[in-house]
Amino acid sequence: MTREMTGAKMIVQALRDQGVDTVFGYPGGAVLPIYDEIFLQNDIRHILVRHEQGAVHAAEGYARSTGKPGVVIVTSGPGATNAVTGLTDALLDSIPLVVLTGQVPTFMIGSDAFQEADTVGITRPCTKHNWLVKDTDKLSSTIHEGFHVATSGRPGPVLIDVPKDVQFATGTYQPPKPSASHYQPIVKGDMEEITELVAAIETAKRPVFYTGGGVINSGPAASQLLRELVEATGFPITSTLMGLGAYPASGKQWLGMLGMHGLYEANMAMHGCDLMINIGARFDDRITGRIDAFSPKSIKAHIDIDPSSINKVIKTDIPIVGDVAHVLEDILKVWKSRGRKVNHEAIAKWQGQVEEWRSVKCLTYATSETTIKPQYALERLEALTKDRNRYITTEVGQHQMWAAQFLGFEDPNRWMTSGGLGTMGYGTPASIGVQIAHPDALVINVAGEASWLMNMQEMGTATQYNLPVKQFILNNERLGMVRQWQELLHGERYSQSWSEALPDFVKLAEAFGAKGILCTDPKDLDDAIMEMLDYDGPVIFDCLVEKHENCFPMIPSGKAHNEMLLGQAETQGVIQSSGAVLV
Amino acid sequence: MSALHIKKGATKHSAYNLRPNFSDTQERHTITVLVENEPGVLARVIGLFAGRGYNIDSLTVAEVDHTGHLSRITIVTTGTPQVIEQIKAQLGRIVPVHEVTDLTVAGPFVERELAILKVVGDGEKRVEALRLADIFRAKVVDSTLHSFMFELTGAPDKIDAFADLMRPLGLTKIARTGVAALLRGE
Ligand SMILES: Cc1cc2nc3c(=O)[nH]c(=O)nc-3n(C[C@H](O)[C@H](O)[C@H](O)COP(=O)(O)OP(=O)(O)OC[C@H]3O[C@@H](n4cnc5c(N)ncnc54)[C@H](O)[C@@H]3O)c2cc1C
Ligand SMILES: Cc1ncc(C[n+]2csc(CCOP(=O)(O)OP(=O)(O)O)c2C)c(N)n1
Repeated sequence: MTREMTGAKMIVQALRDQGVDTVFGYPGGAVLPIYDEIFLQNDIRHILVRHEQGAVHAAEGYARSTGKPGVVIVTSGPGATNAVTGLTDALLDSIPLVVLTGQVPTFMIGSDAFQEADTVGITRPCTKHNWLVKDTDKLSSTIHEGFHVATSGRPGPVLIDVPKDVQFATGTYQPPKPSASHYQPIVKGDMEEITELVAAIETAKRPVFYTGGGVINSGPAASQLLRELVEATGFPITSTLMGLGAYPASGKQWLGMLGMHGLYEANMAMHGCDLMINIGARFDDRITGRIDAFSPKSIKAHIDIDPSSINKVIKTDIPIVGDVAHVLEDILKVWKSRGRKVNHEAIAKWQGQVEEWRSVKCLTYATSETTIKPQYALERLEALTKDRNRYITTEVGQHQMWAAQFLGFEDPNRWMTSGGLGTMGYGTPASIGVQIAHPDALVINVAGEASWLMNMQEMGTATQYNLPVKQFILNNERLGMVRQWQELLHGERYSQSWSEALPDFVKLAEAFGAKGILCTDPKDLDDAIMEMLDYDGPVIFDCLVEKHENCFPMIPSGKAHNEMLLGQAETQGVIQSSGAVLV
Repeated sequence: MSALHIKKGATKHSAYNLRPNFSDTQERHTITVLVENEPGVLARVIGLFAGRGYNIDSLTVAEVDHTGHLSRITIVTTGTPQVIEQIKAQLGRIVPVHEVTDLTVAGPFVERELAILKVVGDGEKRVEALRLADIFRAKVVDSTLHSFMFELTGAPDKIDAFADLMRPLGLTKIARTGVAALLRGE
């Protein structure tokens, strides 16, 4: 079935045919025809944000918590440039997005027209792919291709730039056609390599699963298969920041997060293992630390859908290009058919070693009766919310790391954080996107006060749509993560790392039509958290915490996994100048 | 299929060797990339090299299949084996890329470049330039009483050698197309 219609109508029809129920956006001159069409229909809900960056992060939250692509509509020029941070964020964290931007009419492109920007030029390096559509007849097929590219292979953001005359002109609508695209990434792994990995699993003495965001990207089946494989082999498992929830935090084999602020047992297991099975993680520098000292004695297997992730940083012995769920299914099949073998004796000994590392209790912190320790605040938040239908977003900084350490995730798609780009200001709009997708769930943004201020305008969106998002701000009145680095690396010269002239968050909440709660005393904390949870509406929770707490464990830049700092006492002069150049 | 044809068993032997040895030696590779001939595709390839700090020694591009809207980009690059593998994998990720072939690995291939050189001089030098041009099978495509313009096709090192010889004989300008290359055999 093909039909004649305007470009603007086509956009709405194409979104409908792609199963889109929600778009996040902000209008302007170059997208007015599209907004007209949005006005005239009821199938697709438009969420009006307060800033285009917010629209993109909200779409990211929506996408990560549902597994569906997030959709954004913004205007030309400043609308598009405001979206750039969100696009880059989604690219680094492999989040599928389809972003539609308005553009000046084709006959004015290149003339420095009002609100003209070279959007495809600006966003080429921060999208998986982008298109400028100059012909209305090609608009619908380009949008369908955009959804295909955003969601297949390694997911990522795509952008489609639509000049205003193309929106007004009439053309022929093409419905989605399966496999119209030449872009068809490989999903099945090579059976020879898979068999080699199975053989390594059968004989490994000190194996560890190192899992990442790719498990979440692959979908719920991947998490199920991962759980099956972990239970059946008895191997310990750790995950990156991006993969939390793929394996349950309550699981017996769970080591906790690894990496720069990862758990002692996780990093020690990575350092000492003889078989490392990387499933959908990308050997990020927060993980590897010093490359030449990274897990020196292990055979490394790497399952990744993107061939460029393999051997980018760490030399891989068993490379498997494919989708996590497909590959895990084949691994299980081959492993079972060969008799479900593991080296039980050695594994039992390895588990004993892991228990020894666990007994170090690396997350121990100095408690206080008088000030709220940020770790304590998160422990209480965890205790009071873990049995609820809960989704967590975060901002970026110490609070983000503490959230990863102290909150437990039992399922995938429950944890939304900006990992690769580390975008302060991500959490508030992301929490809004999550709440839109899951109206009845408890959605909490664990924030630092500095990050939170970066996109706080989105509280307006929360109140407009009556979204009961809980902004849980661990307020240390410092750019805490920066302050920590200055303390350890720059001789305690705290250059510009204070949050001065902070607003009164309770009054701010009220000004936005939300509820504000201030908590300063550990004794009041539980009641205050319950008050937040019981309130049916958006809340800003100002939790005044210890100002100079540092986040441990920490692997200083340029150090190896077994050179982790466990606490304040170990920090003297540990980071040398060679490490200081690293971020 | 992904642009990177990772065939069964291919990871061990093929052009897309995912098990490289990470040596430090700089290698020169000629890579051809078949791309959808759409706006911006060259910018994507160049942007990739610029953004990730890879070298481009030579780059040529032209449409090779008008009905299929396909262009072939030929890139000569240098890097360590690890960087070369990354370059190929990163090229393979670009959505409009259909095929990436590393000719240096895939087998014997023919590499050609066209150059036009202007040599200005009189007397002995002029005679010598003409004599050398003859040896190199360069064609005279323009001449004045005091200059020649030579056209020369060949592998890049042949052109380098010819240009080196022409320099003392009055080489004033040179234009080169960059490398076009294809695998030998069927
Ligand atoms: C302040 C701060 C501190 C941080 N500290 C830490 C830390 O201590 N520990 C930590 O872990 N992280 C930390 N991070 C996050 C870190 O920067 C990286 O974002 C993160 O480690 C990357 O996670 P990942 O390897 O799982 O890769 P992702 O970015 O999630 O990438 C996913 C990988 O899986 C592949 N993939 C995608 N889909 C599929 C599929 N279907 N099948 C197979 N493969 C697929 C992709 O190609 C990619 O290689 C920190 C971030 C910040 C901001
Ligand atoms: C947009 C942006 N700008 C700057 C940074 C650098 N940065 C990383 S963490 C941090 C401090 C964050 O402070 P806050 O939000 O209060 O969290 P805390 O570390 O105190 O928990 C800064 C400035 C960043 N990640 N993102």
